[in-house]
Amino acid sequence: MAWYIVRRFLQLIPVFLGATLLVYFLVFSLPGDATAAICGERGCTPAVVAGLREQYNLDQPFWIQYLLYLKGVLTFDLGTNFSGRPIATIIAEVFPTTAKLAVMALVIEAVFGIVFGLVAGLRKGKIFDSSVLVLSLIVIAVPIFVLGFLMQFLIGVKLQWTNPTVSGDATFAELLLPAVVLGLVSFAYVLRLTRTSIIENVNADYVRTATAKGLSRRRVVVVHVLRNSLIPVVTFLGADLGALMGGAIVTEGIFNVNGVGNTLYRAVLNGDGPMVVSIVTFLILIFCLANLLVDLLYAWLDPRIRYA
Amino acid sequence: MRFTRTSKMLSVAAIAVLSLSACGGGSSESGTSEGTTDAVIVVDGSEPQNPLIPTSTNEVGGGAILDLIFAGLVSYDAHGASQNEMAESIETEDAQNYTIKLKEGKTFTNGDPVTASSFVDAWNYGAAAKNAQLSSYFFESIEGYDEASAEGSTVETMSGLTVVDDLTFTVKLSQPESDWPLRLGYSAFFPLPAVAFEDPAAFGENPIGNGPYKFASEGAWQHNQQIELVPNDEYEGPQAAQNAGVTFKIYQNDTTAYQDLISDNLDVLKTIPTSDIKNFKNDLGERSIESPYAGNQTIAIPYYLPNWEGEAGKLRRQAISMAINREEITEVIFNNGRTPAKDFTAPVLEGFSEDLPGSENLDYNPEKAKQLWADAEKIAPYDESQPLTIGYNADKGDHKTWVEAVVNNIKNNLGIDVAGKPYATFKEARTEATEETLTGALRAGWQADYPSLYNFLGPIYATGAGSNDARYSNPEFDQQLTDGLAASSVEEGNEAMNKAQEQLLEDLPAIPLWYQVAQGGWSNNVDNVEFGWNGVPLYYAITGK
Repeated sequence: MAWYIVRRFLQLIPVFLGATLLVYFLVFSLPGDATAAICGERGCTPAVVAGLREQYNLDQPFWIQYLLYLKGVLTFDLGTNFSGRPIATIIAEVFPTTAKLAVMALVIEAVFGIVFGLVAGLRKGKIFDSSVLVLSLIVIAVPIFVLGFLMQFLIGVKLQWTNPTVSGDATFAELLLPAVVLGLVSFAYVLRLTRTSIIENVNADYVRTATAKGLSRRRVVVVHVLRNSLIPVVTFLGADLGALMGGAIVTEGIFNVNGVGNTLYRAVLNGDGPMVVSIVTFLILIFCLANLLVDLLYAWLDPRIRYA
Repeated sequence: MRFTRTSKMLSVAAIAVLSLSACGGGSSESGTSEGTTDAVIVVDGSEPQNPLIPTSTNEVGGGAILDLIFAGLVSYDAHGASQNEMAESIETEDAQNYTIKLKEGKTFTNGDPVTASSFVDAWNYGAAAKNAQLSSYFFESIEGYDEASAEGSTVETMSGLTVVDDLTFTVKLSQPESDWPLRLGYSAFFPLPAVAFEDPAAFGENPIGNGPYKFASEGAWQHNQQIELVPNDEYEGPQAAQNAGVTFKIYQNDTTAYQDLISDNLDVLKTIPTSDIKNFKNDLGERSIESPYAGNQTIAIPYYLPNWEGEAGKLRRQAISMAINREEITEVIFNNGRTPAKDFTAPVLEGFSEDLPGSENLDYNPEKAKQLWADAEKIAPYDESQPLTIGYNADKGDHKTWVEAVVNNIKNNLGIDVAGKPYATFKEARTEATEETLTGALRAGWQADYPSLYNFLGPIYATGAGSNDARYSNPEFDQQLTDGLAASSVEEGNEAMNKAQEQLLEDLPAIPLWYQVAQGGWSNNVDNVEFGWNGVPLYYAITGK
């Protein structure tokens, strides 16, 4: 088990190198000169442009720029963005907010998705099942920005139960609404995955055996059916956590959350290479770790799976 | 306790009355009612793109903050007229040599006095190439700028600036410029305390100024969240704070800010989002405003495109201009949030005239347009393989709708092939403009830095000017500009500028479309909201209810 984990961590190194190289190259190839974004509508004098290019290594060829960046990363210096602020500071500012939001959304979608899915799966074809299926279909069909604006307008502006936007403190109460919006779409998927999986497992041999052993229905459902049915759901949730960490650009935009998504969006628009690469790399690492966690969870959920 | 508090409030109220009367009957729709001065006003802002150093800030997000925490030699009132701030007097006899005297006893918020060196050092810092300040070109008129700003230059001072004594300095320009004093209220010309030069980046995080407001505390700038300003008690002048502070809440987009406004979580919104233009007057009623400001929108067609050079190019530009129904577009698309252009400047400026000879080229006249186009065909046939495109950036501002309306106007009236060309990002469009690789027209919005006609002409249409995207070059126009600058008074200068505009109206190096109108609103918690000549609310004058 320990060796397995070490091996998975070692795999992160080539992933990191490949990802930074690729992303750096993509940002480098974006059309337009980055100094043009800094200088704005009025432009700068050639001397100022030259000064800026030197300051951000934009006058160097691609390989040199990339190696300089890599050297910085290895010495724990992510450099500064085009506003002259340290990238590490910015990530430290925005990441906790996004993480909070992502975890809240994940909990909401997991709890409600699994519970609703379980009930629907056990009552296949009944009225609860059908209505939940229709509901989830609607949620999947409606684009997230429509959901976002709608909930913001109804709950934030009309009913005034909460502020329409999230302040700098990003408290749990403020983040609840965006987290619900964010969790809603995935909630529908979790629900449907759980439901299908439950229906498959309810008639499995080991469930019949457990029932025949005289176990209570409650124990059969929770320990035998549900636990084994969660594998596809956990896979989905793991991938979803990575996606949520990447910042839901749309949701963060609607609720004015100062998170990773907004920061990344601005950086892309400004062609802020170092900033984009740093955030994306960071996200890739999180994604890898989330996947590792999922793989370890498999073993816990299904005793038939063992790692060596 | 109670007594002190009351007297404090009385004195604040007294200042309020004084400064209101100082405005000299400035007509403001909302400036009559009295409000409380103990309210903290929450307004919308955008994240400053650079450390808050006057010469390295070239965008509105940072500009709005700087204008509150610094005071220059002069400032502009709601209508764009100059009023003395730090300056006791600015004198000149030949429009080239200026003697500037400062008021006594002015200080920065760290206690340092505001002296002649505070200005001279800040300007030299801004101009020197080695500091790579974004607004360096603002000092181009000062003698010695060329040496200090040349690429790789190590010269750190401009020879035209001389400190005479603590409160006096002289400025020598490289040529006479009558409108130069008008520029001195722009942020690039703000003074800096000595501490700024020790570590500019750190200073930019927690700037120390001399304006009506100051940072609430170290770290009052919470990046991408908010910037908290409180009144600077030491400040005495025309912009004295009528509230207990201004907090800029930073929004990623206007739509979100609007939701906060209508639920009273935000006090002032300076730009109504496009999606709410149609209903904001209903939503806000008395609490909405439409106020013209010194900005315009144009499309420039480069002279280096074969279809658009020479005499034929001129006729075609005129034809395009007359094929655009500005009235209809401003009414239908902007819900009257723009006004049709009559010249190359903006109506709030002194010297503006809406019936200059040649302004009929900006009127909708499809018949004449067709005829002009046919005339151009006789001189040089239009190469259909290179149809006209109108470029715009799709990342900021909603340009797509109006560009398409303009495109349809031209198509329908001239029967030629035209298309909108979106650029994914602003920088992409700018890069093509700078490198002269545009393949079609490009939209350009110009917002005045200082209230002067020249600011709309020189930087955009003079030969070799920084924002001359069309690469227009007309010696006669250049000469008229130079003459206008050399005029002995601002009035004479304006006359010459309008003469120069007549040339532009014939050549149409850019096709003026419309003037900007600030559309804003405020919450139920505040009063006395007025927008200035540049479309920015007069934050200091806002009171609580």
